[in-house]
Amino acid sequence: MTPDELREAAQIELAAQARYTQKVSVCTAAGCASCGGVQVKEAIQRQVAEEGLKEQCLVRSVGCMGLCSAGPLVAVEPDGTLYHHVAPDHAPEIVRGLDLALPVKDLVCPTDQPFFARQHKIVLENCGRIDPDKLPEAIAAGGYEGLAQALTTRSPAEVIHEVTVSGLRGRGGGGYPTGIKWTTVAKAFAAEKYVICNGDEGDPGAFMDRALLESDPHRVLEGMTIAAYAVGASRGYMYVRAEYPLAVTRLKSAIRQAERAGLLGKNICGTPFSFDVDIRLGAGAFVCGEETALIASVEGRRGAPRPRPPYPAESGLWGAPTLINNVETFGNIPSIIRKGGDWYASMGTEKSKGTKVFALAGCIRNTGLIEVPMGITLREIVFDIGGGVPEGREFKAIQTGGPSGGCIPEHLLDTPVDYESLHELGSIMGSGGMIVMDDSASMVETARFFMEFSMAESCGKCVPCRVGTAHLYDLLDKFARGDATPADLALLEELCDVVKNTSLCGLGISAPNPVLSTLRFFRHEYEEKLKAVTA
Amino acid sequence: MTPTPRVKTFRIDGRDVVGREDQTVLEVARENDIRIPTLCHLDGLTDIGACRMCLVEVQGWGRLVPSCVTKPEEGMVVVSQSERLARYRRTILEFLFSERNHVCAVCVSNGHCELQDLAEEVGMTHVRVPYRYPGLAVDASHGRFVADHNRCILCARCVRVCGEVEGAHTWDVSGRGIQSLVITDLAAPWGESDTCTGCGKCVQVCPTGALTEKGHSVAEMSKRRQFLPYLATMREGRR
Amino acid sequence: MNRARLATVWLDGCSGCHMSFLDMDERLIALAERADLVYSPLVDSKEFPEGVDITLVEGAVSTDEDIEKIRHIRGRTKLLVSLGDCAVTSNVPAMRNPFPVVQVMERAYVENADIRQGVEFTGVLPRLLDRVRPVHEVVPVDVFVPGCPPPADAIHYVLDALLDGRQPDLTGQTRFGR
Repeated sequence: MTPDELREAAQIELAAQARYTQKVSVCTAAGCASCGGVQVKEAIQRQVAEEGLKEQCLVRSVGCMGLCSAGPLVAVEPDGTLYHHVAPDHAPEIVRGLDLALPVKDLVCPTDQPFFARQHKIVLENCGRIDPDKLPEAIAAGGYEGLAQALTTRSPAEVIHEVTVSGLRGRGGGGYPTGIKWTTVAKAFAAEKYVICNGDEGDPGAFMDRALLESDPHRVLEGMTIAAYAVGASRGYMYVRAEYPLAVTRLKSAIRQAERAGLLGKNICGTPFSFDVDIRLGAGAFVCGEETALIASVEGRRGAPRPRPPYPAESGLWGAPTLINNVETFGNIPSIIRKGGDWYASMGTEKSKGTKVFALAGCIRNTGLIEVPMGITLREIVFDIGGGVPEGREFKAIQTGGPSGGCIPEHLLDTPVDYESLHELGSIMGSGGMIVMDDSASMVETARFFMEFSMAESCGKCVPCRVGTAHLYDLLDKFARGDATPADLALLEELCDVVKNTSLCGLGISAPNPVLSTLRFFRHEYEEKLKAVTA
Repeated sequence: MTPTPRVKTFRIDGRDVVGREDQTVLEVARENDIRIPTLCHLDGLTDIGACRMCLVEVQGWGRLVPSCVTKPEEGMVVVSQSERLARYRRTILEFLFSERNHVCAVCVSNGHCELQDLAEEVGMTHVRVPYRYPGLAVDASHGRFVADHNRCILCARCVRVCGEVEGAHTWDVSGRGIQSLVITDLAAPWGESDTCTGCGKCVQVCPTGALTEKGHSVAEMSKRRQFLPYLATMREGRR
Repeated sequence: MNRARLATVWLDGCSGCHMSFLDMDERLIALAERADLVYSPLVDSKEFPEGVDITLVEGAVSTDEDIEKIRHIRGRTKLLVSLGDCAVTSNVPAMRNPFPVVQVMERAYVENADIRQGVEFTGVLPRLLDRVRPVHEVVPVDVFVPGCPPPADAIHYVLDALLDGRQPDLTGQTRFGR
């Protein structure tokens, strides 16, 4: 598809959609699908057919609309009504409401609430607005425009420059400047280079990548392809965990459709540039989110990290220079190319630009997926967007960064969300999981939960992580049982120090973070658990 | 054609040393009689930086680095002995001793064991973390060798020598984390392995009493590693 | 000069550490000039006395009686020394730890017994703990002397240092096992 053909395809699709006077969009991403979204869609479809409205009313599947706790969600256009908690039984009412342009009152979900109003969507701009299985819909929503632009009007160096100017940093958690990473791979001298998309999202409570892959897979593919063009790669791998079957299905279909349309594969957009993408499934190891372990896994070896340097940018997949970015990082690229690095850099804070997608989970009213500008405070996320803690409970802490992150207490909620601020609090930005805990949560048990996770997910290669996490777990368990002594508290702190400073990869290095941060802000809870020493 | 490696001058423990950029800090240290403790490293096998015993400080670098995989850089300042490193090395040894059932007194490798030697060297006189006492099997199914998982420290020397030198890849690691176990083939008993050539290299490179020859009593099993530098040199020469 | 009060105790061990202690040979005479042996399996005293300066502990903690004993001793001792691998690591006695006590007893007193097969808990003998533990997991220990047994030289070095009021550094002096 040349840029002209792309524009034409967008026009054709928009015209096709315009033939319908009404559009009913039902979320069938994992969250809503798990509470009957697919059945709702089928029921509405049947109802529309029965009432003979098929010619005027389009019923379709879309991706995640964000407010997962209120699913299944149904959006009606053109009146812009959003329905929540929809059941298949509601189909007749909803369809009748369409005809009369009268929304079903009981089901209406206000869209002017802060949850929607306070968000700023770039990566998620098409999530919930297009059918992820239909390439024309993606194209009509601006998909692949950035790719066509990059391939036909810019040199690889110009593309990288745009990314550098944008100030985009790795969204997988590390926060490494994307432009620099791309430059390193681009400058590496090699006949073969690779681009890998890291979709091995494994933090408990995190579902950003899944939602994006399920809702707008083309955006990620487009980002990857632009990256491949920029760094000079002709082959890419999409590494997705096998626990995300829907994301995998949609990705497969997206790759097929993009290839057929000439937006992937040979001579993309009619240019000499070719890029093939294959999917690789992760077999459920958290450590495979670590880039060198992921590469080993793609190569068909045991998913264990190796010491860096050399970094993958220099020697990665099969020893070739490899660009490896997270799903969300690639998801930002099309917009940066279309609208410019300066535009992207105008959002966020000095060192953390743009927006960040977060998955809100735990004791919070509005569980779901959000995208907010960097620099927003945690308080705004929890209380405005998240709607606060459900009735009858008090907020206690918010956990960011999963097993590599930490718990942040109430009095620090005015901290702006950016890489440095969260790091200073002993937590990390991480990939975007946020778990809110209310006053019934025990911080010792929270630390134990995450340590159990790290212990189970340690690959076992280096001694401090393999054995240290097991000892830390046992110690935390002793605290939770009320059997710990003051000597155990000292040992706990010492072992955290050892594991943090001597482990081989990020998993081990950050495994003590949940303990260290809860010790920092909730030390009294550990002390209260100390065994009363009998005389 | 690969460019000729350059020579780098740097410092280890206050001494000026010279190394080629394709060497490691550990190699250069040893050339200069600077002793850095190691456990998973063995001359002739690919280094994996797993045991963390050889961690060193490099001035200006945020993190400690394993000297076995760190290349010399011009002007770098390496510290291989410090109070902090000594503490970490002791704790890592404590982790290893606590992980499985290392009963030195009745081990066939007593007195010929690198784990035992290191504990003495770094002054690790006791283990402060609780012993884990896992119930682990002893695989005596092979005609000539025994694999005692109670003594294994998962250094993966057996895995590497079998794959890299013998070319059989009989050994690998199964499971993960604290549940990791070296296995032969797909966890078949060693004696039933289709791929094992019976060469015994794994036994000779094993630092502890995990892989041993049959017919040895307590303290009788010492390892013979003379073959390895020769094979490694020949392999290097082929490259 | 004030003579130090020295004691030795024997928990779950083979007495090899005490043998090694005796292997100090003629140095024992010099030691006797500096310290009184106030309690030991080697002397005939029934009560562990109060105000002991140094106690050498051989053996691991294996029974409820061992726990009681070592706590009592700790309370009456200034410097507690874990002597030998059983005290330091729990060593051979702990080889039963991966197995449940019942299974261990069955193996010893039923499966492998020639006469009077059967496990009896009469309350006369101390009960085995679920797990054998090194001394420092039960009470605080001041000095660790590994070795199976620790060489007489090492024991002499440690006692000499402690009697001089120095903290002994055992690096290179002794090791686990042999």
